[in-house]
Amino acid sequence: MEKIAISSEGPGLDNHVDPRFGRAAGFVVVDPETMAFEYVDNGASQVMAQGAGIQAAEIVAATGARVLLTGFVGPKAFQALSAAGITIGQNVDNLTVREAVKRFQAGDVPVAEAPNRRGRRA
Amino acid sequence: MIVAVASGKGGTGKTTVSASLASVWPSPLVAVDLDVEAPNLHLFLNPEISVQEPSYIEIPEIDDDRCTRCRACTDICQFKAIGIFGDVVMTFPEMCHGCGACWTICPEKAITSGKRELGQILIGRSGQTKFIMGRLRVGEAMSPPLIRNVKRHLNNGNGYADRDVIIDAPPGVSCPVINAVMDADVIVLVTEPTPFGLFDLALAQKAFAPLGKPMGVIINRADIGTRDVYDHCQQTGLTILAEIPFQRDIAEAYAQGQIIVDTIPALRPLFETLVARIKTLYDHQRPCKEVRYA
Repeated sequence: MEKIAISSEGPGLDNHVDPRFGRAAGFVVVDPETMAFEYVDNGASQVMAQGAGIQAAEIVAATGARVLLTGFVGPKAFQALSAAGITIGQNVDNLTVREAVKRFQAGDVPVAEAPNRRGRRA
Repeated sequence: MIVAVASGKGGTGKTTVSASLASVWPSPLVAVDLDVEAPNLHLFLNPEISVQEPSYIEIPEIDDDRCTRCRACTDICQFKAIGIFGDVVMTFPEMCHGCGACWTICPEKAITSGKRELGQILIGRSGQTKFIMGRLRVGEAMSPPLIRNVKRHLNNGNGYADRDVIIDAPPGVSCPVINAVMDADVIVLVTEPTPFGLFDLALAQKAFAPLGKPMGVIINRADIGTRDVYDHCQQTGLTILAEIPFQRDIAEAYAQGQIIVDTIPALRPLFETLVARIKTLYDHQRPCKEVRYA
């Protein structure tokens, strides 16, 4: 099954989803069948003056994940993730990473058609 | 001599001062509006514009067939104007600062330079004064490249070399104003005797001090507020070049797009003294007391 990347405040399944995409602490990448996971740090994007969403999209694409669950995605990151063929589930917040995966599997996370955050000024 | 009129705080009177300085300036002059995000000097000088041309920045265009996705460009780009997402390479033109690192480093020569319009440059004259301004394209986020392109006109052998220059600078203390004042010989800071005026004057002073230019202060609306700005100038060795009173007729003239020194002849000595003091600052080339970084 396709791997799912979740923006996360910490490195494990029981950490909370980080609602920020570009400036998330990191991404937990989960195989939803086995719940095996790895953690990819996003610290470098957090300190960027601009382009954090683009860099985070590169990081997620490099993990091979085909689905991203997060809170808010801005226009450039949305464009980049869409181009990479990654399905985006947004408005995921106040959940643990594990709960977010469960909810996605149950079909309760709608797939985003458009970014839900305005871009930061460059 | 190049005189930059800057402020830190917006709305202190940079353009009011620039327009009146241009009016009383005794020798051939170029008036330059570098507040390209909201240019307004032309509203006072009413120049006849003879040239209007678009201004561009170079940005990358990628040949998808030649690109091997080696990531050299995206790794060197400090602004994430190029991204590689899996097998997809994309550019984000609005993020690009035009440095050219990507097409210089590309081992496959897969990147060529395209262009993004920054805005317009307008050139003309107002009486004997030559006039240049930049106007940023609506939606463009970066003003420094346009500011630099406008300044480049001054050095292009257009007969500006033997003229003095007055630059109406943008407000703030970040990249746009630094680009506007960095070639100036003298920086004139316009402020007002209020807590906001003082706070932003001190910021501007700190921002510009490392440039090592002589600086002086004009206190606008001088009879309101407190003495704190005066005390600050004395303590940090900033010369007060002029005080413009808080008067209804000045505000009315300004609001009607008039040059205050032309409408109110009583102000003429004030601005003539200002010109003399700016020249003194220039002649002595005494950088104001170094202010340490915050």
